[in-house]
Amino acid sequence: MKKEQIRNFCIIAHIDHGKSTLADRILELTSSVELRDMEEQLLDNMDIERERGITIKARAVRLNYKSKDGENYVFNLIDTPGHVDFNYEVSRSLAACEGAILVVDASQGIEAQTLANTYLAIEHDLEVLPVVNKIDLPSADPQSACEEIENVIGIPALDAPRISAKMGTNIEEVLERVITDIPAPKGDDNAPLKALIFDSYYDQYKGVIIFVRVKEGTLKVGENIKMFATGAEFQTVEIGYMGATSLVPSGELKSGEVGYIAASIKDIGDTRVGDTVTSVERPCAEPLEGYKKVNPMVYSGIYPTDGAKYPDLRDALEKLRLNDASLSFEPETSIALGFGFRCGFLGLLHMEIIAERLEREYNLDLITTAPSVIYKVTMTNGDVLYIDNPTNYPDPGLIACAEEPVVSADILAPSEFVGNIMELCQDRRGTFKDMKYLDETRVELHYELPLNEIVYDFFDALKSRTRGYASFDYEMKGYQESRLVKLDILLNGEVVDALSFIVHTDKAYARGRRICEKLKETIPRQLFEVPIQAAIGGKIIARETVKAMRKDVLAKCYGGDITRKKKLLEKQKEGKKKMRQLGSVEVPQEAFMSVLKLDE
Amino acid sequence: MCGIYIHIPFCKRKCIYCDFYSVCGDDKLYGDFVSALNRSIKMRKDKRIKVDTVYFGGGTPTVLKSSQLALILNTVKNCFDVSPDAEITVEANPCTVTRESLNELFIGGFNRISFGIQSASDDELSALSRLHNYEQAKEAVLNAESAGFTNISADIMIGILNQTRQSLADSIEKITSLPVSHISAYMLKVEENTPLDKMIKRDSNILKSIADDDEMSDRYLLMCRLLEEKGFLQYEISNFAKPSFESRHNLRYWRCEEYLGFGPHAHSYFDGKRYFENCNVSQFIKSDGKSEIAYTDTDVDKAEEYIVLSLRLAEGLDTDRLASLDKEGRYRNITSNAMEINGLADERLINISQNGKHLSLTERGFLVSNTVISRLLN
Repeated sequence: MKKEQIRNFCIIAHIDHGKSTLADRILELTSSVELRDMEEQLLDNMDIERERGITIKARAVRLNYKSKDGENYVFNLIDTPGHVDFNYEVSRSLAACEGAILVVDASQGIEAQTLANTYLAIEHDLEVLPVVNKIDLPSADPQSACEEIENVIGIPALDAPRISAKMGTNIEEVLERVITDIPAPKGDDNAPLKALIFDSYYDQYKGVIIFVRVKEGTLKVGENIKMFATGAEFQTVEIGYMGATSLVPSGELKSGEVGYIAASIKDIGDTRVGDTVTSVERPCAEPLEGYKKVNPMVYSGIYPTDGAKYPDLRDALEKLRLNDASLSFEPETSIALGFGFRCGFLGLLHMEIIAERLEREYNLDLITTAPSVIYKVTMTNGDVLYIDNPTNYPDPGLIACAEEPVVSADILAPSEFVGNIMELCQDRRGTFKDMKYLDETRVELHYELPLNEIVYDFFDALKSRTRGYASFDYEMKGYQESRLVKLDILLNGEVVDALSFIVHTDKAYARGRRICEKLKETIPRQLFEVPIQAAIGGKIIARETVKAMRKDVLAKCYGGDITRKKKLLEKQKEGKKKMRQLGSVEVPQEAFMSVLKLDE
Repeated sequence: MCGIYIHIPFCKRKCIYCDFYSVCGDDKLYGDFVSALNRSIKMRKDKRIKVDTVYFGGGTPTVLKSSQLALILNTVKNCFDVSPDAEITVEANPCTVTRESLNELFIGGFNRISFGIQSASDDELSALSRLHNYEQAKEAVLNAESAGFTNISADIMIGILNQTRQSLADSIEKITSLPVSHISAYMLKVEENTPLDKMIKRDSNILKSIADDDEMSDRYLLMCRLLEEKGFLQYEISNFAKPSFESRHNLRYWRCEEYLGFGPHAHSYFDGKRYFENCNVSQFIKSDGKSEIAYTDTDVDKAEEYIVLSLRLAEGLDTDRLASLDKEGRYRNITSNAMEINGLADERLINISQNGKHLSLTERGFLVSNTVISRLLN
């Protein structure tokens, strides 16, 4: 395969602008998938991805395309996630490509997240090929979408292919433009091996499979390879490329190609996404530039409902971290919840997805505590602490200065919602920076917001106030001093450590009240009255009461049929398993989650 | 000693809250059913089995002719060793009996009759789609008395649609002034797939006219007090009697004693096994009484059952008897568990005797008995 006939590219799009559909059409057109294997949205092969209509994990596939001039080309299409939480994944995909197709919805134009990813692509020196999708919609306005791309991003777009991925219109034009607009990869097949790991997963039989983009040199079966960062060495057992539905062994991969390596790698810690693979015999001098390491922004405790499943949870987290390097975790203990892990996430969606994957793919029942950001606390003795778990928040008397992280947020929305958005941002302690009209109907707002105000439910609140039209993106700006307090929740007079959180003083009362109300709804009546209290220091600021249970009785046992009675007791036994015993109070798992969703 | 339960699965009309097995029968089936029932009793004939209680339940046994019921009772007497002073009960719906039919029942050997009166308010009765009004119920009880019955029971329902505390108190006042010696009082429960359940699913406003848990509990406690004032002592969660008029047959269930059931869906507990006749009426008739047996428990956990059942009774649980059933000592801490539960609860739920060997639930304990018992079992 000549390098001139290879194209490595990814697709950038806002959620729902049709990236996965376009990918499906490309797969069809390149006959990479037999129709019988064709499932809707092939690249999104996790259940969660299909259900939520989003891509979480990067994935790659090799396609063969015969162009109009009769040449045979190899396309490596690398999928990228669209959500802001997964910028890290995007960055991994981009590093393996020379170009990116930018999909823009002809009826909606550019959204904030697309913008962020496109800038990321430009930073990586990728050629960006704009495509205007959904021209079949009655509300489509391809011309203004093109103009917007030129104005906002600053790349030529007037000749962008106008397509409908759904209807299959003009897809071939996109493929032809991939050939003409996106450069072929460069590299020297005879140079020392340099390959970038951009993804990996664990296969039960073959061990860790790593996905690589060979930048320099040639990778062969049987060769001894070395991971630059970890120093681990392996002998390659299988090398090949990613077919649309399965891995296809090819024996070797040359510079410019994208493929996989199986090398009986057992320890998932040995292969880090972003690391460089080189040869043991003839190593390269310098590693490739890895990706920008992203730091978790949101922390939460994850605990198995059944304490005995703690080792299973650890194994599952280790396996997930293998192909999600942005996930971090370390053991922690809670008085209320027992042994678990403090996990770091890129954002709230990331957290939800991880929790859901743990539950579905690893069959675990979990309790997730309220997300927390990292607070910076300067003590009166000059020590500086970073607190990611509210339980560890120091005594206020010892704190000289408390700071919280703030983000710089961009919100794009139709201009009619400006009032609603400003109200929301105001309510979330936002500082207005500026506002720009992109055209007559669309506006971009710029705010600085405390991260702790957006980790809970900001995105949901924003969507509901803009009938789903707003898009939102943010990046870390730094720390700012803030009046923070630790709010404790007491059940039957005892503090439940897993429910404590840190909050701005001005919001403590309202938040405390709301949480008590929510808990009252979720905690079932017990044999005794359960007071639910919110407290700052020793001072109670809110109280609700779960009244004592009055009635739980099977009045009639008829004709000697005691099966009902037994079934009922069985059911109660089952129900009890789903409860957490906190002191004398039985608390359902949902109680821990319900405090996350206070806006409902 | 053993009890015999006969299930007559017919009703004139199905009540909206009922989810027990019964069909609104085609009375042409009755004759065939009685033959099949007689056959099934005869197949089990064993004169070594001593019987001191017989109970005809339903459905509504009195949709059958008194002579048919007497015939079945006669078969029972021929097949088992029924003691002369056995308690022989028949359930009846007030509008399915007459002065004559009650006379025939008494002469036929029945000595206890249980009427599904439910309420003294005709509005409440029609809300339950009962066929009788209170006047008919009163007349039925008086006729039973004049036929010779001295052991008469009445059902009362708590939490009926549109019932108030006042109307409940009024029903209790009226019904206890009749010549009845036993009251069964049930709290209305919306069982799944009953007509009432479906009505509520169509129109959730109906729920507002049914007492909620708190109101139900208050009415239950009110009823316990009123019945006690009238001389009816509580001996089980839902059962009250004048002294020595407790239902011996029903006590058998709660005391983990044996009983044999006949008829579709009739339950038995015999020889350490629990089972029931798994068939509907037409299968029962077709098989001529040889219906399929479905086991619900072939290896009864006697210790667990003793806890579950005895705590429904006012007489409660004896820890020595429990220890004799509980060979592994799983429940040896039951008294301290009970004390712990009392310690947690805002009001006393369990009476614990001075020597700790005897446990019974209080009225409030009865109301939350499922939770209390499941905690004692854990």
